[in-house]
Amino acid sequence: METLSNLAMGFSTALTFYTLILAIIGCFVGTIIGALPGLGPSNGVALLIPISFSMGLDAISALVLLTSVYYGAMYGGRISSILLNIPGDEPAMMTTLDGYPMARQGKAAEALVVSGVASFVGALLATIGLMIFAPYLARVAYQFGPAEYFALYMLAFCTLGGIGSSNQAKAAMAAAIGLGIAMIGLDKTTGMPRFTFGELHLMDGVDFLVAIVGLFAVAEVFFFIESHGKDSAIGVKLGKILVPWKMLRQTTGAMLRGTGIGFVAGVLPGAGASLGSFLAYMGEKSIAKDKSTFGKGNPKGVAAPEAGNNAAAGGALVPMLTLGVPGSGTTAVLLALLLTLNITPGPLLFAERPEVVWSLIASLLVANVVLLLMNVPMVKIFVKILSVPAWVLLPGVTMIAFVGIYSLTGSSFDMLMMVGFGVLGYVMRKLNIPTVPVILGILLGNAMEDNLRRAMVLSNGDFWYLLSSPIAVGLWIAAILGFVAPIFLRRLLKKPPVPTHDPSLNED
Amino acid sequence: MKQWTRAAAAALLMTVAVPATAAECIAPANPGGGWDFTCRQIGRIMTELGLVPNMVQVTNLAGAGGGVAYTQVVSNRSEDPEVFVAASSSTTTRLAQNAFAGATADEVRWVGSIGGDPGVIVVAQDSPYQNLTDLVEAVKADPSSVAFAGGSAVGGFDHLKVLRMLDASGFEDLRQVKYIGLDGGADAITQTVGGFAQAMTGDLSEITGFIKSGDVRPIAVLSEERAEGFEDVPTAKEQGIDTVSMNWRGIYVPKDISDERYQEWVDMLQQVGESEEWQQVMTENGLEPYSVFGEDFQTFVNEDIAETQEISREIGLIQ
Repeated sequence: METLSNLAMGFSTALTFYTLILAIIGCFVGTIIGALPGLGPSNGVALLIPISFSMGLDAISALVLLTSVYYGAMYGGRISSILLNIPGDEPAMMTTLDGYPMARQGKAAEALVVSGVASFVGALLATIGLMIFAPYLARVAYQFGPAEYFALYMLAFCTLGGIGSSNQAKAAMAAAIGLGIAMIGLDKTTGMPRFTFGELHLMDGVDFLVAIVGLFAVAEVFFFIESHGKDSAIGVKLGKILVPWKMLRQTTGAMLRGTGIGFVAGVLPGAGASLGSFLAYMGEKSIAKDKSTFGKGNPKGVAAPEAGNNAAAGGALVPMLTLGVPGSGTTAVLLALLLTLNITPGPLLFAERPEVVWSLIASLLVANVVLLLMNVPMVKIFVKILSVPAWVLLPGVTMIAFVGIYSLTGSSFDMLMMVGFGVLGYVMRKLNIPTVPVILGILLGNAMEDNLRRAMVLSNGDFWYLLSSPIAVGLWIAAILGFVAPIFLRRLLKKPPVPTHDPSLNED
Repeated sequence: MKQWTRAAAAALLMTVAVPATAAECIAPANPGGGWDFTCRQIGRIMTELGLVPNMVQVTNLAGAGGGVAYTQVVSNRSEDPEVFVAASSSTTTRLAQNAFAGATADEVRWVGSIGGDPGVIVVAQDSPYQNLTDLVEAVKADPSSVAFAGGSAVGGFDHLKVLRMLDASGFEDLRQVKYIGLDGGADAITQTVGGFAQAMTGDLSEITGFIKSGDVRPIAVLSEERAEGFEDVPTAKEQGIDTVSMNWRGIYVPKDISDERYQEWVDMLQQVGESEEWQQVMTENGLEPYSVFGEDFQTFVNEDIAETQEISREIGLIQ
């Protein structure tokens, strides 16, 4: 009951005309930011912070605007994943696996609608979860120490072998490349720079956005040049745009499961939306009867990660609000915003500043509805934008990629590095090595290493410490099963199915 | 970043006027962090007090923990009279450890500090350590029995707070001190509350909420005087350990500007520091007064760097 009355209070602040307009602007801008490769939700929010200051917005209005941008970007990221095979932001990476093949089969609109609805379901349920469970969930974070986090990341990497590629060795190799790249920069446990060659720009390590844009967008450009545009990814077939009710019904289960997994991943600080969408995809694939169609345009492979990453976005707000610990890059930026607005998230936020918390929750709900309304009927417009001729679109994508990366640090060094990643991505695709594990390696490698090193410091170098709690042991068992089970199952299932190579699909 | 912000501002809203050339504050980090905060607040107050003709423009120049901004000011803008850069204890810590690609502290001019965030040492509510003496005795008895968690990497300011404190208490073998670096103070607190680490150090402002909620218990504040609002928390000095670690907030300017211009910056910063607006900002953000200006501040920076270098050498972080 108290929750409801609090929520009513929140709505009374969030539903004024002015804040509604802000929410709509935020959602629109956010969707576009999310759709543009290189500009993810964290940049989007970071870019808009100075603007909301110069507009002189009060705390609640600024929060409404920026959370709308945050959710908008989470929605928007899927658009270029599906239509261009270029993830708009890092959590949308998994959506390319099945979304893009769907678009190639002329089901771009269906993929967009399914993913839009999945985003809505994920975000809505996560916001409700945030509302009800936030105060209790905060305690979960206290159960996760270095050993538990290390096991969690281990789980992610052990299940990697299964995605996208039919060749586990190649996936493992790609993950190792990613982990290797993650080692560049300042070593947190000794404070020593590694592999920086005295270059200041490498001190912070390699930004995964640089890697994503390089491996996906720039590599795509190289392919386009090579094939003179004939066999390029760009140029999807446009079918009729109808709401695919049947497909939505089929994917309901996938959405709900994706939401559950994503929310939990979001609640754990340090895991974040990318891990949420990754685990949601893996989970869905592992229980599906039609495993072989994953990666070739299975709508469930679109619904699960999209529900997962949006649910994780909501889940990540739990530790951010209740502990002041950001669960993802974007919540880190939102945290910074709250601090600048003189709101200190932490255990007392719900008690001391209920008006802020509840109007934030209300504005999340509002943003979510606005986004669903905006995204489903407007699918046509987005498809149109991205189905302009490749020779127009591709230079545009290239330009946006460069501008987006330049805006990160304002240094030309990152742009060169991005081109380098483009070359790497091109070579890898020629060799049929999936690129997703590389990015996962860069994304999670540092956190995984830091936690291992912390665990070793705490235990004075005793490796058994990694198995010292029930949570850690459980995660390790799941990780080992995730790695070993596919090998045995394959043997049990008569003969390993010969991977049918379809040249129109790319393997990542 | 600047151009992009401008473009975004103009394109998206078309209501934000781009200020004409005026004083510029470089925040060596992304929007939202401590340096960005310093720039925006000092800039705002300078404008409100009429110390500068126009709005102070804030430029975010992130990278290498402030190193990108530092080297850029040193190499490209060393004569620019209109630019100042936000700095804090992290800046001098990194300079001391040679983390700015060979740049040294005498390549810029240090203007002053107008506030500081006192360091604090906290333990979990159910911890057996009742005061700083208990904790230090436990470390002396068996350094491996106490792990400290902090919000900065090894060698960073949170780590140095612990080392300086133990150094001052007469503990010799600083290499044996267990420290784990987390991403920010709040993260370090969850590890301490969860029992993974036995004590935590950080800035008072980032821990305030957890102290009030009773999740953690402060055992010492590392400032000269007891902190406002936490009058029942004794300082380390009171407990017999002579150490002060304030995360100061200040600015530096390029080296080759005229002495008159440098003096103007010092005067302007002093006026900001004495203004009511700044007092209010400090109260709202849990900062304590910490005013050092001009020559005194140059000396302070040099001493601070010397001390940091000595400790960093002891733990093998620098040669």
